[in-house]
Amino acid sequence: MSNFIDVCALDDINLDTGVCALVNNEQVAIFRPAASGTLFAINNYDPIGKANVLSRGLISDVKGHLTVASPLYKQHYRLDNGECLEDENVRVTTYQTKVENNRVLVAV
Amino acid sequence: MTNKQNLIVIGNGMVGHKFLESLVELEQAQNYNITVLCEEPRPAYDRVYLSSYFSGKTADDLSLVSEGFFEANNIDLKLNCKAQSIDRTAKSVTTESGETLSYDKLILATGSFPFVPPVPGHERDNCLVYRTIEDLEAITAGAKNSKVGVVVGGGLLGLEAAKALKDLGLETHVVEFAPRLMAVQVDEAGGALLKTKIEELGVRVHTNKNTQNITDGDTCQHKMEFADGESLETDLILFSAGIRPQDAIARECQLELGPRGGIQINNHCQTSDENIYAIGECALWGGMIYGLVAPGYNMAKVAAQHLSQCGDATFEGADMSTKLKLMGVDVASIGDCHARTEGALSYAYTDEVNQVYKKIVVSADKKLLLGAVMIGDAEDYGNLLQMALNNIELPASPEALILPSLDGAAKPVLGPDALPDTAQICSCYDVSKGAICCSVQDGAQTIGDVKAITKAGTGCGGCTALVTQVMNNELTKLGVEVNTDICEHFAYTRQDLYNIIRIEGIKSFAELINKHGKGHGCEICKPAVGSMLASCWNEYVLDDKHIGLQDTNDIFLGNMQKDGTYSVVPRVPGGEITPEGLIVIGQIAKDYGLYTKITGGQRIDLFGAQLHQLPDIWRRLVDAGFETGHAYGKSLRTVKSCVGSTWCRYGVDDSVGLAIELENRYKGLRSPHKIKFAVSGCTRECAEAQSKDVGVIATENGWNLYVCGNGGMKPRHTDLLAQGLDKETLIKYIDRFLMFYVKTADRLQRTSVWMDNLEGGLDYLKQVVLEDSLGMAEELETQMAAVVGTYQCEWKTTIESPEKLKRFSHFINADQPDDNVQFVKERGQIRPANENERINKDNLIAIS
Repeated sequence: MSNFIDVCALDDINLDTGVCALVNNEQVAIFRPAASGTLFAINNYDPIGKANVLSRGLISDVKGHLTVASPLYKQHYRLDNGECLEDENVRVTTYQTKVENNRVLVAV
Repeated sequence: MTNKQNLIVIGNGMVGHKFLESLVELEQAQNYNITVLCEEPRPAYDRVYLSSYFSGKTADDLSLVSEGFFEANNIDLKLNCKAQSIDRTAKSVTTESGETLSYDKLILATGSFPFVPPVPGHERDNCLVYRTIEDLEAITAGAKNSKVGVVVGGGLLGLEAAKALKDLGLETHVVEFAPRLMAVQVDEAGGALLKTKIEELGVRVHTNKNTQNITDGDTCQHKMEFADGESLETDLILFSAGIRPQDAIARECQLELGPRGGIQINNHCQTSDENIYAIGECALWGGMIYGLVAPGYNMAKVAAQHLSQCGDATFEGADMSTKLKLMGVDVASIGDCHARTEGALSYAYTDEVNQVYKKIVVSADKKLLLGAVMIGDAEDYGNLLQMALNNIELPASPEALILPSLDGAAKPVLGPDALPDTAQICSCYDVSKGAICCSVQDGAQTIGDVKAITKAGTGCGGCTALVTQVMNNELTKLGVEVNTDICEHFAYTRQDLYNIIRIEGIKSFAELINKHGKGHGCEICKPAVGSMLASCWNEYVLDDKHIGLQDTNDIFLGNMQKDGTYSVVPRVPGGEITPEGLIVIGQIAKDYGLYTKITGGQRIDLFGAQLHQLPDIWRRLVDAGFETGHAYGKSLRTVKSCVGSTWCRYGVDDSVGLAIELENRYKGLRSPHKIKFAVSGCTRECAEAQSKDVGVIATENGWNLYVCGNGGMKPRHTDLLAQGLDKETLIKYIDRFLMFYVKTADRLQRTSVWMDNLEGGLDYLKQVVLEDSLGMAEELETQMAAVVGTYQCEWKTTIESPEKLKRFSHFINADQPDDNVQFVKERGQIRPANENERINKDNLIAIS
């Protein structure tokens, strides 16, 4: 059973951007796409660029999939399942999110 | 080695050098020991662009010799070495210094010399000619003590020379024997219009003038007395009354010459002695001397092939059609422009308002185009030339070819399909339609690609429109749909989107994609639109409605490095910085343990700053008077400068002062790509301005403005856009240039590639920026004024906004830094730890 942890206020995440939260010692990138009513969370570590930067990437719509483009070398990671569009062998962990009373919660 | 034959080439002018280039490309070149005798002190240079020497090009710039050419090909080049005589029996050449060299084959590429009419007094001081770099040096020296200059001869070269005198600041006159200028290429009406236009540019033209005597003047050094009793006083006289073949050495060894000179050659360019070839302006073929470079190049190739018995090219005459810009006036002439063919008929069009004259000459049956003249507007040249050269049947009403199109009706333009594959599209580089089509089949998709592969359109540029048509036609044939959409979300080019944003006054990405796009945007269109919105309206880039559009560098106003940390670059306008400023930067670097490095743009880069440190660092920088350097943005980076006239012994003007002014004016301008400037205080060019997007160089006559250069992967030198400018005009031109670039370039297209892809290239850019040919100069200046007037330092705005500062922390819910960021020491400073060092925790530095 997932354990949701409160990380920040919804307003702390600008529309169409991401932030990084520290949840149970894991770095979680949380995105708030303008295109969707929901939030998405994936691991913040870019396995190709080898740095904790994904929360700082641009939210990008690629053929109908919402992704984040890594700010280092521009690979796209799907926000819903963590898949890297450029390399099917690469995938980042995804996490559940929800919004309650204007607070953002993540389950790790 | 022993069975090698001796090949001697006399002359290393443009054609002589082309011969060497053509020959060494062939394997058979190995069979020869090649010796080149060159009378001039330097090897081949570009005589076609000789006048650019007066607009800042040096002898080195004009050189046609690629580095190490002679050495690499084992060619023995003897400079300052004039061939004196040829002994055809002994097969040897004797030089002026008395050395005798034997040959098996001999190439005469001696060129021509300027004809000086034998008028009494023609040998007086400051009576000069215009052919070699030494001549130009003499002209420059002579002009120093002169107020008035006269060019004798109103032909093509004469008018070029007149421009040179004008550029040197002389009151300039052209004296022509014939009743009109450019009598060979232009008819009477065309000549009259050309005269009007040239006089408007401040050059006095005297036609029908037969100089009888040159004697002492009253107000000037010389007085020229004409047959009609009039006279003209001048300090400097430049003879440009035609050329004569340099055939003395051939005459002396009794090679066959034409009745009026010129060494007779056959279709293989052989003279009457089969072991001796003649090429270029010394050669006479079919009773003609070809005084243009293209036929000379052709002869060079033919001779090289025949000599090495490889290939079967022959020289069978050449088309003498020309298109050029004389002192900014378009002049073009094709084929039989005087309608001398029997039964030829002419159509002429004159527009006195816009000063345009066009004439076409057609065959008696009105089926074929025989010739044409164009003054003031030579846009139809490419089209008409192809019709004439390829005997293409004319439309029913040939006059439509030169009449302006009314009611938007399209002109009958020759479709590229009508041209045979062999049709020569670019005469400068002899590129055929077939070669252009091949480059497209091999993957070229833009005019820039085609230019890079084939060189077509990179000479005079007159064929660019036609090259583009041929390319597009071929792309269509191949079924290549050239998709210029910026990305899947907008079916528009960047230029389309920019115009939509401007015209509809669109202020946000959401509005633009709702009205004109689909989907939700991506990392291609979002930053591009963010940049365009900033170019147009200049709102704070981290405004809530823009923040999602920015690349990470723009969001955090720093350059992300490989480990996720950022670099900090404060603006140092013109590279000028006080000791106090240096101390502040040094102290900050010390306090935050940052790695420091001097950049190529004359400022200081601080590396290794973590997100949470950025606001504190910038608060201290802003408090000390620094502003953001926009090192992270697609925007103006720096204006580099040399030390200038303030300190430098050689400085002509204050390059630092101007650099600071320019940097402060254009800082913050968001553009399709980064923009770099430099200002040099004299022509020694220590600021390397000729490798920047915008380069400015001080001269005695004012500022010279260079544009569209860059360093990087494909370095490119700038082109001269305008010269001798005062500061006000300089800034006006830069305003127009930059805003036109911002308006029309593609995403991530540097200025150099942008210009290469503009139809018409540099000339077109000059028309837009200097002559306001699009009528948009005022609009561009106003738009720039708006950007300049709304500048804000993004870091200052950011540190004053607590809301915005929340983002500057690695974690939204914790204060600690990213534990993946680790540094080690190297040469006394930090650097990111590599993977092993990270795992083994080798010498890691404690991070604050």
